[in-house]
Amino acid sequence: MRFEVRLQSEDFDIAAEIARLTAGRADIGAVATFTGICRGGTGEDAIAAMTLEHYPGMAEAEIARHMAEARQRWPLLGATVIHRYGRLVPGDNIVLVIVAASHRGEAFAAAEFLMDYLKTQAPFWKREERADGSSWVEARAADDAASARWAASERPDAAE
Amino acid sequence: MKVLYFAWVRERIGKADEELRPPAEVKTVGELIAWLAQQGPEYAHAFENPAVIRAAIDRNHVKAHAPIAGAAEIAFFPPMTGG
Repeated sequence: MRFEVRLQSEDFDIAAEIARLTAGRADIGAVATFTGICRGGTGEDAIAAMTLEHYPGMAEAEIARHMAEARQRWPLLGATVIHRYGRLVPGDNIVLVIVAASHRGEAFAAAEFLMDYLKTQAPFWKREERADGSSWVEARAADDAASARWAASERPDAAE
Repeated sequence: MKVLYFAWVRERIGKADEELRPPAEVKTVGELIAWLAQQGPEYAHAFENPAVIRAAIDRNHVKAHAPIAGAAEIAFFPPMTGG
């Protein structure tokens, strides 16, 4: 089984990454993917670009910790998380989460779990460039709530 | 110990990392933040609202009460906004 975390400045190829996870496997019945994309916004919210700063070493380790936690919660057959850093423009890919499992339920759930934790716990910071200057993106309470609900939820296998 | 700063904490202080030897009475992450805030106006600006500062010791998230004894690397940064 392949479980992989990568940080890179270059773009990723979603189809190629799915193929790497599923190659030679007959037990995988579901692959869920999530792609986060740099949003341009409109009007006063329009951005020209964003720059993603990260904490090298910790960012990989933190995502890997969440991947290990996801494997404790669901019977996963593979997962890939790729997070880009550096300067991105609207339309560029930012993050890719792929989860392979026997069935769609655990694939969807684990992909959402990984994204929710990545948003609030992985050490990345976005700085947005606008017509009138640039500023750091503020953390959203909704993202904290999204990751907190997993802490409150029972592991799906806890009753077994 | 090596201390790292990221995002606007780094910008306000004006450096990405430095070697620090805080006095022995500084025992926790919260006390280190309070001590750093007294090291000059740029530090005071970076740590003016300690409640929003996040910290990691040796690349693991920690709370303000975490002890710093034995830490090789301590990082300070704002709430994260990746994904």
